[in-house]
Amino acid sequence: MLEVDIEHRLADFLLDIHFRAGRGLTALFGRSGAGKTSVVNAIAGLLRPRRGCIVMDGSVLLDTERGICVPTHRRRVGYVFQEGRLFPHLTVRQNLLFGRWFAPARERRAASLDDVVDLLGMAALLDRRPGRLSGGEKQRVAIGRALLASPQLLLMDEPLASLDARRKDEILPYLERLRDEARVPIVYVSHSIAEVTRLATTIVLISAGRVHAVGPVREVMGRAELYPLAGRFEAGAVLAVRITAHDPRWSLTQLTGDFGKLTVPHLDAPIGTPLRVRIRARDVILAVARLTGISALNVLAAEVERLVPIEEGALEVQLRLGGERLLARITRRSGEALGLAVGRRVFALIKTVAIDRRSLSRQGETADLDDEIETFDS
Amino acid sequence: MLDFSAAEMEAVRLSLRVAFWAMVGSLPFGLVTAMVLARGRFWGKTLLDGVVHLPLVMPPVVTGYLLLLLFGRRGPLGRFLEETFGIVFAFRWTGAALASAIMGFPLLVRAIRLSLEAIDRRLEEAAGTLGARKLFVFALVTLPLMAPGIVAGMVLSFARSLGEFGATITFVSNIPGETRTIASAIYTLTQTPGGDVGALRLTLVSIALSLVALLAADLLARRIDRRLSGD
Repeated sequence: MLEVDIEHRLADFLLDIHFRAGRGLTALFGRSGAGKTSVVNAIAGLLRPRRGCIVMDGSVLLDTERGICVPTHRRRVGYVFQEGRLFPHLTVRQNLLFGRWFAPARERRAASLDDVVDLLGMAALLDRRPGRLSGGEKQRVAIGRALLASPQLLLMDEPLASLDARRKDEILPYLERLRDEARVPIVYVSHSIAEVTRLATTIVLISAGRVHAVGPVREVMGRAELYPLAGRFEAGAVLAVRITAHDPRWSLTQLTGDFGKLTVPHLDAPIGTPLRVRIRARDVILAVARLTGISALNVLAAEVERLVPIEEGALEVQLRLGGERLLARITRRSGEALGLAVGRRVFALIKTVAIDRRSLSRQGETADLDDEIETFDS
Repeated sequence: MLDFSAAEMEAVRLSLRVAFWAMVGSLPFGLVTAMVLARGRFWGKTLLDGVVHLPLVMPPVVTGYLLLLLFGRRGPLGRFLEETFGIVFAFRWTGAALASAIMGFPLLVRAIRLSLEAIDRRLEEAAGTLGARKLFVFALVTLPLMAPGIVAGMVLSFARSLGEFGATITFVSNIPGETRTIASAIYTLTQTPGGDVGALRLTLVSIALSLVALLAADLLARRIDRRLSGD
């Protein structure tokens, strides 16, 4: 358990952050320049906040009131930087083993070189120098290097931001395995909604130096009012589902969640596989009565929970379906015409083909969502 | 043409010895000074920078005379060193090495400092997050990355020593076998009737030594660069 409570003066605003992170992957999510990197730097000891307190599993890393500030090299946090920061004068093997020389002897067993090389698929790279690695390979080595220092906590600052879409796809499965197998809590900074949806156990939404929401991915993603804070990406709720049937005749797959059933294009995964599906608000149509004679295969009964006017003429509708949330974007005119109000019963229609097959991950505990990795201009 | 007299060979050997010890002896001081100038933040840094660069702009005779005042047998530092450690600089080859070291010092410091300033400090931060304390960060990351600059600085210091004349002759005079380096020997030969051929021989030796030093440095720097860039 990591507990962070810090205040620090940044160039544009006051950083005032308070959150707790447990097991799994905690994503610090928000637009560029929101102060996310400063938070991980404070956890690593690379930045000393003006006031605050950081506690990791009961051991105090920082407590300005008591004058405690453990130096970086004794904090035992692995840090994967956006730009890798591999040592150019050392081979990949020497880079990987760098932190091991400094880890306490009794904790070295935590991760062996072979395991990590295996996990990250780096066997062919060991004798090369960083200058001759691709961007994706560099990031994998950087992740491996941090792991082999046997950290108690892994910090990752936009580890995929400098990579193109293909390299991202190359690394994402490794990150999923890391989250599920390595048993080291991870704090992950990102401004990509796709990465966060796919990887995060918990989201900490940060805007202008403040925490605006903390919670499980589905909970936070389903709240319409948070989107303007997070950045210029498209709103979309995340649903937890399980594969319950395949229909080879029509090449479709049925997913079941608390809310009911969803039909999506065929997925190449066994029945019972748990997945996360993100459904973009703009792909959802609302109706006040059950329709017949329509092509959309997914019709879900829901209740309006909140209405958030967004840009000119548009309305974000937050819906509750059982234990889940769904977001729909419609025009204000339609909202008025349908007489939408909080508590109103509606039907949400989702086109099956709106859920892109290519984007659904085939392994691990979670899967994706919409087709493009959305980021916003910083 | 190429049969060197014993005195000429003596001058060549002496020059190499003086240049070598000037280079080696000034290296630790050069490293510390470069670190302080590149990384330190303190009052008087500009002044220190100026003092380090003085030998580059002052007339060498002035440097030599100052050395004589300070390190001569009756100078404050000279007397102290002789009484406590038994080290004598005045009119010895060690004095020639000291003068050469001082004259080459600005070049040494400058080269090291530039390489240090070019190092990405974020690599040192990364080493810190991997558990390395400051001393290990320096030894395992900073120092290896500075290597090209250190090599360049050492070669410049060595080459500068081979060419040193003014400060040396002022401080330790021109004693055959003790302080008569190549430069002093050439000077002496040009003042002697019939010395032209000897002067020319030593001139060629001087050119050859400087060239070899520069080529060797270039080769070494390229090898280090190749390593750093990943080959």
